Amino acid sequence: MGKVDNKDAGANREIQMVAFKLNREEYGVSILHVQEIKRLTDITRVPFTSDFFKGVMNLRGSVLPVIDLKKRLGLPEAEYTDDTRIVIVKVDEISIGMIVDAVTEVLTIDSAHIDTPKAISDGDSRSENTKFISGVGNLENRLVIMLNLNEIVGISGDAK
Amino acid sequence: MDTNQYMEMFLEESREHLQSLNECLLELEQNPEDSSVLNEIFRSAHTIKGMSATMGFTAIAELTHEMENVLDLLRKEQLKADEDIVDTIFKCVDALEQMVENIGAGEDVSVDVSVLVKKLNAIANGEPTAAAAPKPVAEKAEKSLEADALDLNETDLSVLQKAQASGLQAFCLVVTLAEGCLLKSARAYMVMNALDEIGEVIKTIPVVEDLEQEKFEHSFEVVFVTGAEDKKAEEILLSISEIEKVETKAIDINKLLGENDSAKGQVPVDATAATDKPAAKTDDKKMANAATHDKKLKSGQSVRVDIEKLDSLMNLVGELVINKTRLEQIGITHRLPELVETIEQMDRVTTDLQSVVMKVRMVPVGQVFNRFPRMVRDLAKELNKEINLTVEGEETELDRTVIDEIGDPLVHLIRNSLDHGVEHPEDRVAKGKPRTGEVSLIARHEGNNVIIMVTDDGKGINPEVIRRKAVEKGVVTQEEVNDMDDADAVRLVFLPGFSTADVITDVSGRGVGMDVVRSKIEALGGVIDVETKVDEGSVFKIKLPLTLAIIQALLIKVQKETYAIPLGSIDSTINITPDDIKTVQNREVILLRGQIIPIIRLAKMLNVPQTQEKSSEDLFVVVVHIGDRKCGIIVDNLIGQQEIVIKTLGKLLAGIKVISGATVLGNGQVALILDVGTLMQ
Repeated sequence: MGKVDNKDAGANREIQMVAFKLNREEYGVSILHVQEIKRLTDITRVPFTSDFFKGVMNLRGSVLPVIDLKKRLGLPEAEYTDDTRIVIVKVDEISIGMIVDAVTEVLTIDSAHIDTPKAISDGDSRSENTKFISGVGNLENRLVIMLNLNEIVGISGDAK
Repeated sequence: MDTNQYMEMFLEESREHLQSLNECLLELEQNPEDSSVLNEIFRSAHTIKGMSATMGFTAIAELTHEMENVLDLLRKEQLKADEDIVDTIFKCVDALEQMVENIGAGEDVSVDVSVLVKKLNAIANGEPTAAAAPKPVAEKAEKSLEADALDLNETDLSVLQKAQASGLQAFCLVVTLAEGCLLKSARAYMVMNALDEIGEVIKTIPVVEDLEQEKFEHSFEVVFVTGAEDKKAEEILLSISEIEKVETKAIDINKLLGENDSAKGQVPVDATAATDKPAAKTDDKKMANAATHDKKLKSGQSVRVDIEKLDSLMNLVGELVINKTRLEQIGITHRLPELVETIEQMDRVTTDLQSVVMKVRMVPVGQVFNRFPRMVRDLAKELNKEINLTVEGEETELDRTVIDEIGDPLVHLIRNSLDHGVEHPEDRVAKGKPRTGEVSLIARHEGNNVIIMVTDDGKGINPEVIRRKAVEKGVVTQEEVNDMDDADAVRLVFLPGFSTADVITDVSGRGVGMDVVRSKIEALGGVIDVETKVDEGSVFKIKLPLTLAIIQALLIKVQKETYAIPLGSIDSTINITPDDIKTVQNREVILLRGQIIPIIRLAKMLNVPQTQEKSSEDLFVVVVHIGDRKCGIIVDNLIGQQEIVIKTLGKLLAGIKVISGATVLGNGQVALILDVGTLMQ
């Protein structure tokens, strides 16, 4: 996805993003990857998996893995609220649910307004969490952190 | 022509026709006179020939062509289906199978068929084979023009008579198509068209429908009236391409009429007229046969569906059921009787729907069983034994996944029965048994299981021999053997590294034996057992779950988490107090009916978060087993037994130990299924 965004940056195209909140920050993923957004339902814990791995849920009869996106990004945890949602995305034929604090809206960002993650990494580009970020969108004083879903979904190697 | 897209279809259909050839040949061997079986064989061979020629597999087309020649002679009763001929045709079918499989595997097609072709030619040319020289019913080269040879009925004759009266000449044309002509029906059609222009076609042999469906060899006959001169028709026909030769013979109608009168009253035994009209004197047996053939044709009406589509259909049904449960709850909490009533009806429909979808995935075991009659026949010949195989319950249905896996173990069991079970005819007679050994293969439903039994009336398994061999091979110790009763001793054959055949034959007894059968059956969630009596025979009984997609499971709770344990691996559930738990070398164990069983605390094993203190002192233990090993699993609560639909956890979570899959419960929650095998390690 990172690659796609970079190419778009050169072509000055508009990108549609689903924006959501994690704590007080706003994040976004390309709308092309989002399958649906659901309210929080029962999630069954699966033993012997990483701690950010929340478990599995029932999505219309099939079993779908769910991760806690804040834990995945190393952000501080908070209680789930009425606004908590599960954003179901599909990358490389793998579907996965991501728990977010709230889904805000669908944004359209001109690719000219997207900065590379280097701009925010204040020199420390080796930071573990920057690999999850593909860019930062600047939208009239709102900053939307754009996620690199390939890295986020690529958890099979981490699962123990 | 790009034939690749048809390849899959060609392979599937070829296999089906080869299977039907095998079945029909076996039947022909029993009833050599049965013309309906012969016709079926002919049709199958013909279809294979047509398909392979279209696909460009000339070797197959060539061999089937030669087969057809022989089959045609059989059909015309110019040859009798003796053992030698049937054997040769069986060999041809084998060669064809080999070639088709080679094509399927994408290998070189070349299988040497020249020997078979020669043999077939020899048979077709009436060269003396082992037995029963061909009956010289009619000289093929010289077509006699007797009335019954042309099989003209009275209407035909009166037409001929009128034609002659108006000065037209009647002919019989024998049209021969070129060897290797692919579109025979088209050529025949062109012949008819050409003849219609100069005269009138009264009759064809075989009948026009058969010509259209290419149900004829390279030649056919046409009875034809015309006002044109003798050779005119011949000239016109020869101008059509791929017509090799045309023989014209004048018909003397007066002579025919006279003969027909004299022939009246006789039973028409028309040997040469190969019309498909069944003789009026068809006896009951033939009728019955015809009926079964009809049934076969009927059951052949089906649609091939990708199993994945069925899986997603089942998912959707499952989802429907879950939503229905939710509606039910809404109806109850809000006290809406009308809604509850509607949901009750919906409940019935969804239950039916679910069972139909399950049934769609089921296939009759006959699909596996149908290859055994042939196998038994060949093996019996090879072993010089006389064996009669009875197959029962072919219509019993099992899930597709189980069917695919059950074939090999059954082959093994049947081979064993033939090789080790049934004795040689002389030995049988000496023992006062009938010469022919009886082997039966029986399938039937029993509750939620399917039972498949392989029975023989052979020499049985001697527990003493098993005991001795088991100790000899170091499978068990002498002391262990002494403690066993006979039934347990016989079960030793299922242990690895055990083969009792004194002489290792090509058929069985190569050391990999019953243990492989057992592990395969157990992998399918089934069990196998054996009952035997010396000199009376053995019964191998396989119990299989109906499906692998839906299993019976016990739902248990650990703290707030629900897990499912497959019922097949559960021994019993017991209640114990903490005092019952002892330790042996720091491992916790319990004593169950004098047996020491290690225990696993599931909450600890799965790192279940502690959310509530257990109130009562009692502990629930689920005793599970894999083979002979047992193990107790301590859980907090037993919910109950339930049918569950197994779902995979997907790519991301593949390979997580102890969990073999997941299922969606009635309340929409996901429960994980425990893998008892890895749990015990």
